[in-house]
Amino acid sequence: MKSGRKIRVLIAKPGLDSHDRGAKVVARALRDAGMEVIYTGLRQTPEQIVETALQEDVDVIGLSILSGAHKALFPRIMDLLKKQKLTDIMVFAGGIIPEEDFSEMKKLGVKEIFGPGTTTETIIQYVLKNVHDRT
Amino acid sequence: MFNEKKIDELKKERERWEKTTLPNWTKQCGERKKEFHNTSNMTIKRLYTPQDVEQLDYARDLGFPGEYPFTRGVHATMYRGRIWTMRMFSGFGTAKQTNQRFKYLIKEGETGLSTAFDYPTIMGYDSDHPMARGEVGICGVAIASLKDMETLFDSIPLEQITTSMTINGPAPILLAMYIAVGDKQGVSREKLGGTTQNDNLKEFFAQKLCIYPPKPSVKLTTDVIEYCSRHLPRWNPVSISGYHIREAGANAVQELAFTLYDGISYVESTLERGLKVDQFASRLSFFFASHNDFFEEVAKFRAARRLWAKIMKERFHAKNPRSLWMRMHIQTSGCTLTAQQPLNNIIRTTIQAFAAAMGGTQSLHTNSYDEALCLPSEEAVRVALRTQQIIAQESGATNTVDPLAGSYYVEALTDEMEQKAMEYIQKIDDLGGAIPAIERGFFQKEIADSAYKYQQEVDEKRRIIVGVNDYKIEEKECPIELLRVDPGVEKKQVDSLQQLKRQRDSEKVKEVLEKLHYAAEKDVNLMPAIIDAVKAYATLGEISDALRTVYGEYKELIII
Repeated sequence: MKSGRKIRVLIAKPGLDSHDRGAKVVARALRDAGMEVIYTGLRQTPEQIVETALQEDVDVIGLSILSGAHKALFPRIMDLLKKQKLTDIMVFAGGIIPEEDFSEMKKLGVKEIFGPGTTTETIIQYVLKNVHDRT
Repeated sequence: MFNEKKIDELKKERERWEKTTLPNWTKQCGERKKEFHNTSNMTIKRLYTPQDVEQLDYARDLGFPGEYPFTRGVHATMYRGRIWTMRMFSGFGTAKQTNQRFKYLIKEGETGLSTAFDYPTIMGYDSDHPMARGEVGICGVAIASLKDMETLFDSIPLEQITTSMTINGPAPILLAMYIAVGDKQGVSREKLGGTTQNDNLKEFFAQKLCIYPPKPSVKLTTDVIEYCSRHLPRWNPVSISGYHIREAGANAVQELAFTLYDGISYVESTLERGLKVDQFASRLSFFFASHNDFFEEVAKFRAARRLWAKIMKERFHAKNPRSLWMRMHIQTSGCTLTAQQPLNNIIRTTIQAFAAAMGGTQSLHTNSYDEALCLPSEEAVRVALRTQQIIAQESGATNTVDPLAGSYYVEALTDEMEQKAMEYIQKIDDLGGAIPAIERGFFQKEIADSAYKYQQEVDEKRRIIVGVNDYKIEEKECPIELLRVDPGVEKKQVDSLQQLKRQRDSEKVKEVLEKLHYAAEKDVNLMPAIIDAVKAYATLGEISDALRTVYGEYKELIII
């Protein structure tokens, strides 16, 4: 994070699915933990997500997806982040992502994946510990 | 129901018990919690006695099954006559794959079909739309044109089975396709039985798969209700859905109240078409979730029936007894399933399904134990179906009507559920109805608050979820075999769609789409124009686009 300011987090929902319960709960929990949270709503394209990340100058992106389209969408998001030289943003994900896909997603640069049953405290602590210093 | 003298005696007896017997026990071991609550924030008392239902008037509040106010059920004999319809929601991959799953389920004893569509279909996009990338056939079956629909119901005789379709924005299109398949099979429209979910209001605050803004969305819902009341007497044109409201985070009371309010809104929008309430009300159907708290759920289902009957009678002056019936489908609650120790989900689903049976449902879907991880495998879906069959055939619960009636606890909860729901209905009336409430974010905020509260309870272990925040075990690898949709489905589907586009009569397609556009501008019932369009093999995406140009697209109101 840039020193002296609150951690800025983008919670984004790529894909067509509309299960936003988890994304909203996580957004609210991070906000209650003192972070600046931007939630952009459902069905964001990879281009929209990266554009928002750039405009809002975020330190962290949380991707929530339950449709099963992560294999098609995450590579595009990570690729666009690279193109925009935003690789210092810490990206984590949540939703329904089968464990057997974890290593593939992590190879792309997704730092951590939180499955169903994760507590909001776990996510808060993870973000606090792993956010990069972006000077 | 109880005479005053007896109640007075009882009060005294209770005071005595509280002074003598009770303290011995509370002193010894206390109680596990200071206060006990259900998900609707109702305080649950230590003990329920006739005192808690002293105002209960049997004839007025419960009555006999098949009679007003239908608390005990809409049918006089309930499951002694016929078991609920076992309807397993299914759909994945191509129409051909889902057709095979349908046939498998029919072979295993399922008694009605229920179709899950993929996200592109639900959102009114063809399988080759850029937004569809990675989503085709993943969470449901991909249906882009009548050709896919013909494959989906290939050698399934439509006059012998009823079909439910979970589709909202594009409901008129899918219904038109179903009618067209019926026409091809030689099944007349009067004989087609089934349900289109077609509940667009809840999309704006619960399921959130909205295409058009609220007003044209309600117009389309109403078009289907009006069309069916005239041409498809056995069709349920709308399944007014609390399920998604609950899954989005609402508690039981909110689910009940918001669902009934959506029902009120559709009755009003249909009355505005000049139909009389008794011409269509009997075909309105409902869909609820069955969550973990057994008694809360049973009370909710019973209260729902009673409250709807009162609303139809008192607010809308319906005369036909069937207009007062709340017929319901229930699905066990997906959001209660855990990824941890997935076999435990079988037990959760059993309890929830049992509540549905005790609540007097007409139709039931039981979730599969692997659904926190993926779409259900064949084995998992069979266990889920067997769960219903065991309840129906082995448990004895189906031998009598409404077995929990008269339980002090259940009746007190049923009353409280109804009363709290009425307070919400009053509040939404005061806001000016469902659409103004949506525009102000009323439902959205209520649901988001409840969802957050529930999660906090789980995180702080005030609510125990077995295997998640207690009774945990080390699970290194996924202990069950998961169903993965073949990634080749998308290409297959896109190829077949493009082939269709080359082969069909493109002049004819242009003509039907122009006619549809014109009809949408003129604000007439769109069903006839949509039926013509699907029969000319105009695609779901093309038809939706024609409507988008007239109605515009909905922009989400973001509330966290």
